[in-house]
Amino acid sequence: MSSTATHDDHHHAPPSGFGRWLFSTNHKDIGTMYLIFSLIMLFLGGSMAMLVRAELYFPGLQFLEPDLFNNMVTTHAIIMVFGVVMPAAAGMANWMIPLQIGAPDMALPRLNNLSFWLLPAAATLLILSIIVPFFGGGAPVNTGWTLYPPLSVQAGMGMDLLIFTLHVLGISSILAAINIVTTILNMRAPGLTMMKLPLFVWAWLFTAILLIMIMPALAGGVTMLLFDRHFGTSFFDAAGGGDPVLFQHLFWFFGHPEVYVLLLPSIGVLGIIVPTFARKPLFGYKSLVWGMGVLLLLGMVVWAHHQYTIGMSVAATNYFMIGTILISIPVGLMLFNFMFTMWRGAMTFETPMLFAISIILMFSFAGTTGVMLAVVPADLQYHDTYFVVAHFHYALIPGALFGLYAGVFYWLPKWTGHMYNETLGKIFFWWTTIGFNLTFFPQHFSGLAGMPRRIVDYSVQFVEFNQISSIGAFIFGLSHLLFVYIIIQTVRGGPKAGDMPWEGAQIGTPGLEWTLPSPPPFHSFETPPTVK
Amino acid sequence: MSEPNQSTPQEQTGTGATRKTNNKRTVLTLALVTVLMFGFAFAMVPLYRLVCSVAGWNSISTNSTRALEAEVAAAKATEESAARDITVQFDATINGNVAWEFRPNVRSVTVKPGEKTTISYYVKNHSDKTVITQSIPGITPWQATKHFKKIECFCFETQTLQAGEAVDMTLQFVVDPDLPSDINTITLSYTIMDTNRTESLKPDKSNLPTVGSL
Repeated sequence: MSSTATHDDHHHAPPSGFGRWLFSTNHKDIGTMYLIFSLIMLFLGGSMAMLVRAELYFPGLQFLEPDLFNNMVTTHAIIMVFGVVMPAAAGMANWMIPLQIGAPDMALPRLNNLSFWLLPAAATLLILSIIVPFFGGGAPVNTGWTLYPPLSVQAGMGMDLLIFTLHVLGISSILAAINIVTTILNMRAPGLTMMKLPLFVWAWLFTAILLIMIMPALAGGVTMLLFDRHFGTSFFDAAGGGDPVLFQHLFWFFGHPEVYVLLLPSIGVLGIIVPTFARKPLFGYKSLVWGMGVLLLLGMVVWAHHQYTIGMSVAATNYFMIGTILISIPVGLMLFNFMFTMWRGAMTFETPMLFAISIILMFSFAGTTGVMLAVVPADLQYHDTYFVVAHFHYALIPGALFGLYAGVFYWLPKWTGHMYNETLGKIFFWWTTIGFNLTFFPQHFSGLAGMPRRIVDYSVQFVEFNQISSIGAFIFGLSHLLFVYIIIQTVRGGPKAGDMPWEGAQIGTPGLEWTLPSPPPFHSFETPPTVK
Repeated sequence: MSEPNQSTPQEQTGTGATRKTNNKRTVLTLALVTVLMFGFAFAMVPLYRLVCSVAGWNSISTNSTRALEAEVAAAKATEESAARDITVQFDATINGNVAWEFRPNVRSVTVKPGEKTTISYYVKNHSDKTVITQSIPGITPWQATKHFKKIECFCFETQTLQAGEAVDMTLQFVVDPDLPSDINTITLSYTIMDTNRTESLKPDKSNLPTVGSL
């Protein structure tokens, strides 16, 4: 608000030029920057995946040295998790949470600016970590995103840059999370009680709490790694009395809840989209809110199911197995809630709804393979194979990424004031969904047949599955050019969108964004609206 | 519900000064949680060691230390245990790309529970540099870990090897008669590692020996 302090009229035009973005404290501008940043990173991370799939089209070495291949796998994962899904979800939170709860802006607008501008700094460090090995910086980071020692202690300078990347990203997301929790708890319009909040706001409240709990633990873990590398400590060095398995515990204490950090914002988006296009209030709103809470608690205490093979006691593996299988209860509840919302609804199938329905189908599939992986004796067989790769891509691409796409299509008219091209939207949906399934479905089979992950070469018996996978990956990757085209087209023009472009948007527990024009004014809700 | 209510920020949001106070309180609480969770990561280091040694899960914390005198005294042979034959197999691994030789002088021995046994491992440094090594034990099956009592072991401390030096390193142990009856073979595996240090580490005082002298 500092920029408007000297004006009596707050509804002036936004400042012009680069300064508008660099010094922005406006939640809409920061939200837009988050979304554009994640779109750029999506193409960077996606092109790495394309390289990996091109290399795997044939067995043997084609384009990439083994270390560089593993570096691409590692960086692809870090970019997609920290550079795409988290910023995109944070961008959506920035745009929508103040609008939905009737707040003039985020609770801490300047902190918001810092949270965003840390991201380009982190991205620079990350790109440097790929580049330095080519200029004498030692071995590339070839560990996979899990950064397990002792391999990560032996990697070159790129590892240090990656550790700093994670520090900066961690600070950014902790600050954003603190901001979001504070906004939701304290900035709601008068009369808007917690149980009237749109589900997206609830989902982000849980996500932000999770982030505050787990990001510091990851920061601690990678800090110890940095100390082991340079300052002679032995946190993870067995020769000095440490234990590399401790890092695995620290990493997965962060890493498993991180899955829910990626997933929950998209569940929130579904909780808004499904009632809108089914034209029925959300079935079991309260149970969904509680379900997310249970998911948060259970998700915090089951991390070691990623490490069954380290030789834990039977009692410990049993505990982690049962805890993990229990998670299917709140997740199943959410899926059933969405299905019952659609039951006998007056459904229409616009692009956001198509995504929502396909997410429910494909995410259920990931849930099923997830239960398979949770079972200890089975997991010992599946561990570190392409079955795991297929499982988590089925969880994260529909569960997180497609949920965000659905949100983009749903709110794009609100953000830009223009309707997107529905035909192109549907083409994009079918193109990307078919590409995605073609890529990852065969990986279940190659994984069950024993193909290990994170290895540049493979046995000739897996050629067919890998070729289908690679062709699917190129189809999937190319579909995103259409996505960008649709977005640019919508920003530049198109049919005018009304205040409430979706007929069913006011059903159930709607946000207050529909009471504003499309696009909303630069400063909105300066006088809080009252909710009855 | 339209007037600000300071006492329950959960239910009602105010404006102006009330909102500022609420924001400050929320931010401070969340910042405190952040700091505590960062500390928790470091608290995991001793906690992890403690949990592992209490439960006997992790060979580094339970099997790199001297058995307590009382434990060795308790591991007396009984008539029942004298009837059991336990095969103890020895295995050796060299960690990393180093010019050393490392192997047990005997591949396996058959022992009775409660019987003190001494064997040795052979190590030779073929490189032209002095190295300080540390050997890390592992026991399979892991359930036998806490029943395998080491009286003397080269793994209790680091070993300095001059360039070209060869040593036989001693291991003395006793198998506890409480070893579960379904375990008849124990595999003891050592991995020798370069500590990458120039002076030997001080023995860890938290693992105070009670048998023999240091």
